[in-house]
Amino acid sequence: MADPTAPAATAAPTTTAMRELDPDARPRAVRRPRGILVPLWLGYVFLYLPILIVVVMSFNDSSNLFVWRGFSLRWYPELFENREIMQGLVNTLIVATGATAIATVLGTLLAYGIQHYTRGGLVRAFAIAPAILPDLLLGIGLLTFFSLLTVTLGLHSVILAHAVFATAFVTAIVLARMANLDPSLEEASRDLGAGPVRTFVRVTLPQLAPGIVAGALLAFTLSLDEFVIAFFTTAPTQPTLPIVIYSMVRFGVTPEVNALASLLLLVSIVTVIAAQRLTRLTGTPK
Amino acid sequence: MPTTRRIAAAAAGTIALALAATSCSTGGGGDVDPNADISEQTLTVSIWADYYPEDLAEQFEEATGVKTTIVNHTTNEDIVAKLTASADPGIDVAFVSGQYAQALGEQGILAELDKSLIPNEENLYPEALELDYDPGNVYSEPYAWGTTGLCYRPDLTGFEPTSWNDLLNPKPELVGKTTMLSTDRWLAMPALKTMGYSLNTTDDAELEEAKTQLIETKSTLLAYDDTTFYSKLVSGEAAMVEAWDGWCNYGIAEDPSIGFVIPEEGSDLWVDTMTVLESSENKEAAMAFIDFILDPEIQTWVAENILYKVPNQAAMEALDPALIESYPTLGITVDELFEQEVIVDLGDDTVKYVDLNAEVLATN
Amino acid sequence: MTSTLDRDAPAAPPTRVRRGLAPLPFLAPGMLFLIVFMAIPVGLLAFYTFFRRGRFGGIVFEFTLDNWVKLFEPLYVGVILQSIGLALVVTLLALAIGYPMAYAIAGLSPKWRTVALVAIVLPFWTNFLIRTYAWILLLNNAGWVNQWLQGLGITDEPISMLYTPQAIVVGLLYMYLPLMVLPLYASLQQLDPALREAATNLGATPWRAFRTVTLPLSLPGALTGCIFVFVPAMSNFVIPELIGGGKTIMVGNLVRDQFFEARDWPFGATLALLLTILLVLVILAQSAVSRRLTEGPRRG
Repeated sequence: MADPTAPAATAAPTTTAMRELDPDARPRAVRRPRGILVPLWLGYVFLYLPILIVVVMSFNDSSNLFVWRGFSLRWYPELFENREIMQGLVNTLIVATGATAIATVLGTLLAYGIQHYTRGGLVRAFAIAPAILPDLLLGIGLLTFFSLLTVTLGLHSVILAHAVFATAFVTAIVLARMANLDPSLEEASRDLGAGPVRTFVRVTLPQLAPGIVAGALLAFTLSLDEFVIAFFTTAPTQPTLPIVIYSMVRFGVTPEVNALASLLLLVSIVTVIAAQRLTRLTGTPK
Repeated sequence: MPTTRRIAAAAAGTIALALAATSCSTGGGGDVDPNADISEQTLTVSIWADYYPEDLAEQFEEATGVKTTIVNHTTNEDIVAKLTASADPGIDVAFVSGQYAQALGEQGILAELDKSLIPNEENLYPEALELDYDPGNVYSEPYAWGTTGLCYRPDLTGFEPTSWNDLLNPKPELVGKTTMLSTDRWLAMPALKTMGYSLNTTDDAELEEAKTQLIETKSTLLAYDDTTFYSKLVSGEAAMVEAWDGWCNYGIAEDPSIGFVIPEEGSDLWVDTMTVLESSENKEAAMAFIDFILDPEIQTWVAENILYKVPNQAAMEALDPALIESYPTLGITVDELFEQEVIVDLGDDTVKYVDLNAEVLATN
Repeated sequence: MTSTLDRDAPAAPPTRVRRGLAPLPFLAPGMLFLIVFMAIPVGLLAFYTFFRRGRFGGIVFEFTLDNWVKLFEPLYVGVILQSIGLALVVTLLALAIGYPMAYAIAGLSPKWRTVALVAIVLPFWTNFLIRTYAWILLLNNAGWVNQWLQGLGITDEPISMLYTPQAIVVGLLYMYLPLMVLPLYASLQQLDPALREAATNLGATPWRAFRTVTLPLSLPGALTGCIFVFVPAMSNFVIPELIGGGKTIMVGNLVRDQFFEARDWPFGATLALLLTILLVLVILAQSAVSRRLTEGPRRG
């Protein structure tokens, strides 16, 4: 069993959780004293108190966010009439989809290549570097780079920029998955005369599928919420949702934003549950 | 053109050349043809969020047939950074403050306005054609203007402030209940004015003196706030804030007791302008848009919507007097405005203000 | 369970194929992509740090070391030290709060473990700006915490909590706490319960068992968590702006302002690069320590 916490933390923070969705067997729990749960509950209070406020205020009839004036659903329809938010949402979905598509392909290939054809950690470190580089550095680096090449900024430039860090996360997760695979299948395939590409497509890829899906999901999630890099690399005409929210938050929040946050939360919860069901259904090759 | 140049630049690594190209290649928009059929053009306009009537695009589209999209920027800095970083930002008309129009104009990013397409310029106050940042309105037409002062809740201050000193060296009971603007030139302005200096000064000793004062003031502030100061007044977190006059009105709209004063030491005259980008392919439609705004009826409508004064004589005269009564800052006269100092771009010396801001904000 | 960064993962195929161009279709596209869109842009920034600013942004190609010298002005040294200090406080608090949380989760039954972990990650999936904003609603003088405090008669006057360095710490802690809990959990759940039981059976008190068995073995996870928290906390510029009231600025704010307000790209690039160098040093130190922790004894 490999060391789970080996150097430098390149695994995505959420990968551990993603893996948790995987119903792989796990050591049985040990009974511990009840008091041990107190800090955990306090931690959850800390994590969820602000979210609770946002959800509650999304049903507030008043536009004053400090005063409760009664229950109302009016901010939800208003949210959908807010052209700016809706456009931002569409832009964000386009970016996340594009970046995820690029990153999933590149990251999977990279992970396979790294596992099979490199020995030292150099290529691996390079491929995973964007996951730990400060987003600020990547953002301004790309801005100056695009500016130098006189590339017109827009959603395409954000897609490319997001694909950079997303590739790193996909690579990391697929690599983790790959380490758990049984190498004998691949060897058998090669012994039977299949070339590396054929082996990859026919044998490795199906085995990697859960890892690839997890990586793609994570890439998508990270891209959805990414602000700094998008802030630097998008055109003013095409703000992503986090940029729209940034400007709304700066100018004083309108209650639609609360409705938006509540809906995003709902979508997340539904996605988690769906993902869990899905992993359970597909199962994992042992 | 951009493709070949891009490859050449990348291949040869002649970065200097490529950068020079960034500013030259913005000239790709083509010349202005006064007879062009603008209804076949499309227009993208970038304005500050919440700074225009909501259906402005629809109104213009209806009047001219030009398909119009309005996008928002948060600050001058945001839009200027994007305009300078991108060869073709995809924007035809950009709204920026006067000193930024000046800088962008000098940089070759803005198109010269074809006055034959903007006959409504004649509705402007004569003074609005002679503003220091762009005399003769070569690159820009003014959209709204005003000054900066103290916006306050008399019930919380207990007195009527008259001087920048009421903000810079507040009474003990106001400590922790004031905010200042921290952006650009507005951070230093109150201190410079109090000391009797020009708000465009580049004299190091004067700036040093202002900086010392501002650092002293910092410990008395609730926060620096460029965007939500009026809601801090309304909620009672703050009692007095440095504010742009029009923005104070958003507070007055929610709490009519809120007052506004131009401090006796004087203040600035800022102008938010409309400019056409040199990279625009739709310059005729862009200028038609500016002309549309300068139409007195339209600009009255704009002023009533955004509660800012507009530099359009005909439009201001048509303004509903009841509105001026509710929002006294709309009644500030042109003469009063022109007693204030116009902010101009300082070229290379702009960096002095950047450094000053950084030092004040970073000092604890 | 394996992490992504194990060098020489034991599960890797024992025979490695190295045949001519075979690796190309796998490695080339991704490497090329990362070279073009990561290595070159970052290299470009590094290159820019040796030139002068253009008046309107961009760059003038006159060689200079001024940007690097400028870093040592007290102003910037001060901001950098302050950022390190704030990020450090946030990291230590996250460790203090996150450790018991992770420990508790590791002790849950597998089913509840999953639920508990998802609950840790879930906040990540609402927009972080909205979550940050929620703290303004809570901590504001007119905000909910003050309303509750006064409603319960605990205080008469609102307590000023927002727009202080402490508020920034709370905001950053809130943002990054899950990043501490997850790696800690990963290393804690890895521990063989038999070890601890053995210790207890041999007469060790629970505290002693924890100190001598659990704690040392969870250290690598703690280090990873510290990096996860420290790195992003150090470069965040939104939280100081929104809940710090602009009165406390961090390195991230400086970089942003150099690019937008000051239009001084070379100096902005220098600051960003310095930030990166600092973070890389921290990461290297972490991985050296963690390697010693895990491999040291074995390699003697």
